[in-house]
Amino acid sequence: MTPLRQSLELGLVRCRTCGLAVSRASLGADRRCPRCHSRIEHRTPLSTEMTLAWLIAGIVFYIPANLLPVMHTSGLLGEADSTILGGILEFWQSGDWDIALLIFTASIAVPFTKFIAIGLLLLTVRKNSRWEQHQRTALYRIVEFIGYWSMLDVIVVALTSALMQFQLIGTAEPRAGIAFFCAVVVVTMLSALSFDPRLIWDRHA
Amino acid sequence: MSEPPTPHSEEELPTPAVRNRRWIPRLVWLVPIVAAIIGISLLVRNWENEGPRITITFLSGEGVQVGKTLVKYRDVTVGRVSAVVLSADHQTVLVTADLSKDAASLLKADTQFWIVRPRIGVGSVSGLDTLLSGVYIGMKTGTATLSERQFVGLENPPALSHGPHGRELQLRAARAGSLAIGAPVYFRQFQVGRVIDENLLPDGSTRVTVFVEAPYDRFVTPVTRFWNASGIDVKLGADGLSVQTESLAAVLAGGLAFDDGPIEALFFAAGRMPGEFTLYKNETEAMAPPDGAPHYVRMRFTQALRGLEVGAPVEFVGVNIGSVVAVDLGYQPRDKSFPVIVTARLYPRRMGQAYEALAAQGKTESEETLAAFVGTLITRGLRAQPRSGSLLTGKIYIALDFLPASPRAAFDASIRPLELPTVNGSFQELESRVGGLVKKLNDLPLEQIAAHLDTDLKDLHGTLSAVDTRVVPSAVDALSALHSTLDSADRTLDVDSPLQRGLTDTLSETRSTLQAVRELADYVDRHPDALLRGRRPQKMPQSPAALSSDAKP
Repeated sequence: MTPLRQSLELGLVRCRTCGLAVSRASLGADRRCPRCHSRIEHRTPLSTEMTLAWLIAGIVFYIPANLLPVMHTSGLLGEADSTILGGILEFWQSGDWDIALLIFTASIAVPFTKFIAIGLLLLTVRKNSRWEQHQRTALYRIVEFIGYWSMLDVIVVALTSALMQFQLIGTAEPRAGIAFFCAVVVVTMLSALSFDPRLIWDRHA
Repeated sequence: MSEPPTPHSEEELPTPAVRNRRWIPRLVWLVPIVAAIIGISLLVRNWENEGPRITITFLSGEGVQVGKTLVKYRDVTVGRVSAVVLSADHQTVLVTADLSKDAASLLKADTQFWIVRPRIGVGSVSGLDTLLSGVYIGMKTGTATLSERQFVGLENPPALSHGPHGRELQLRAARAGSLAIGAPVYFRQFQVGRVIDENLLPDGSTRVTVFVEAPYDRFVTPVTRFWNASGIDVKLGADGLSVQTESLAAVLAGGLAFDDGPIEALFFAAGRMPGEFTLYKNETEAMAPPDGAPHYVRMRFTQALRGLEVGAPVEFVGVNIGSVVAVDLGYQPRDKSFPVIVTARLYPRRMGQAYEALAAQGKTESEETLAAFVGTLITRGLRAQPRSGSLLTGKIYIALDFLPASPRAAFDASIRPLELPTVNGSFQELESRVGGLVKKLNDLPLEQIAAHLDTDLKDLHGTLSAVDTRVVPSAVDALSALHSTLDSADRTLDVDSPLQRGLTDTLSETRSTLQAVRELADYVDRHPDALLRGRRPQKMPQSPAALSSDAKP
């Protein structure tokens, strides 16, 4: 298979917003897309650096998100702070393995996958690797797609604490952990957004 | 991709003006830095808030749950149980709890912990909230200066968990009665404190610790007397029946009361508080003047003393000065008799002023002087005599009285306990008299009396039947005759009878006559001279006939 020509070789730049391919020569000084007027860059400037920064922030936030309780419930049978992992274990032990699996996927597996995937992408791009470029692009699409599914936990806590307000019988309140978890999701999504997937295909001699 | 587009050489393209805006990506590094700062600050704060970890030993971990059971001080959560394990010897349960940082100052060497469970007693109900929330560990801080991390938990909650102001007092009693921990303490029927502890001392007596709350603790003075107010005090006195009790709760759950001692004690009040108060059996005993040391005496009676019980009073000239402590049967080999030996405990101090007078004379300085004094009393006729206390119950008490007529008795002042001479009781005499009375009653010819009575009743019956057959018919005849007589009288007195009419006419005649007489009298009254001169006809126009007839004579 003959190697594909790259846009640089063809003198074309693609708008990341509307997908229009523009000849580099036709771009004005401010390099706006003639169709959608968004900024056109050959490669997002300093993409890897920004991605890395967001990624590190995400990993840092992930620690308190797991250590701190996400929800505080109190009721007739006492009061308890629950962490994400504790909740999963509780569900698992009480036999609700399906719910446990769901929460595990959304809260533990997905963020970890994102960290590892983005880390891998960054590493390979930095090395100008040509290894499995198609797969890596697919990986990037997946990361982009699954990003917001981690908000599941945040929504569960938001709904529970909004609905469960029966003073004596039981109340639930969100705790700091869920804010950190929310931050993890947002920051990793920003990280994925900052990554320019075109870097995967760049060939530097 | 079959036809590659026209290649452009790199040189043809204009080099884009790249403005250096690297500060924006640099700014992005603030995000992980801020994240790290937040994370670290959380860790530091967490570490700062880390309170002490304590271990409490309990006999049982019933209801204690890891991560759920709380440690509360004054009903405020100060910690949480983090582990429950058995001790190495499997005899106790070690409960580990993480306390908040501000609770560290509460952990003194004598801080107390106990498991709060629902408790229902006669006097109170507590810990009901734990029925729903599960048990929690209660805590009461101590006063020691030393700090401690290892504690032995109490099995029962202390009566006072929150240390109100007041005073703790030790009471000593021969027996605790029905006192329970938490039983109320009353001062003039007002609850001022609680029993907080009870101990059985090695000597068998009981020490009761009570707590009297401020400001009522100032009522406790060196002359205060404490007594057991558990029961109902029923007294039948000269002024009638009186029932006294502190409160219903005290009757059920037991209780204590205290008040100032007797008036004499107030005058001689020592300024110093005693370390231990005596807990009396009841109010009467508490308010009695102190008995002082007892003296024991022995008495030999040659008669049977059925009805004499241990505890029976011994009275000296009518004053109760002691009680019988033993009634034994002795044997006298000399005359092969079985005397009853009665041992009594006497409190000479109960003689009151007499005792003080004696003490002033030095008669009570020692056993010897006292024995010698008793000897002189015996020569004066002091004897012990059993007497009947109540004819109904047959109870006997011992009276020490002066009976100068009694035969001389030997007294050995060297024998201990002192042996008092006795005379036989009068109650047997009484018994024989009552017996004689019964015998006389028995001898009455009751059967003859009954037979006489029977014949008399028969005679009475005959008389009554004669009345019925003979007297009653003639009485009926007499009544009918009376009836006819009354009838004729009624007819005679009728309005239309001739007698009645004649009477009416006569009466009207008489009335007019009387009117004429009254007019004459009036005239004579106004003109007395008419009696001499006759009447003046022109001045008296009315009833000339009557006047002319009367004035003529």
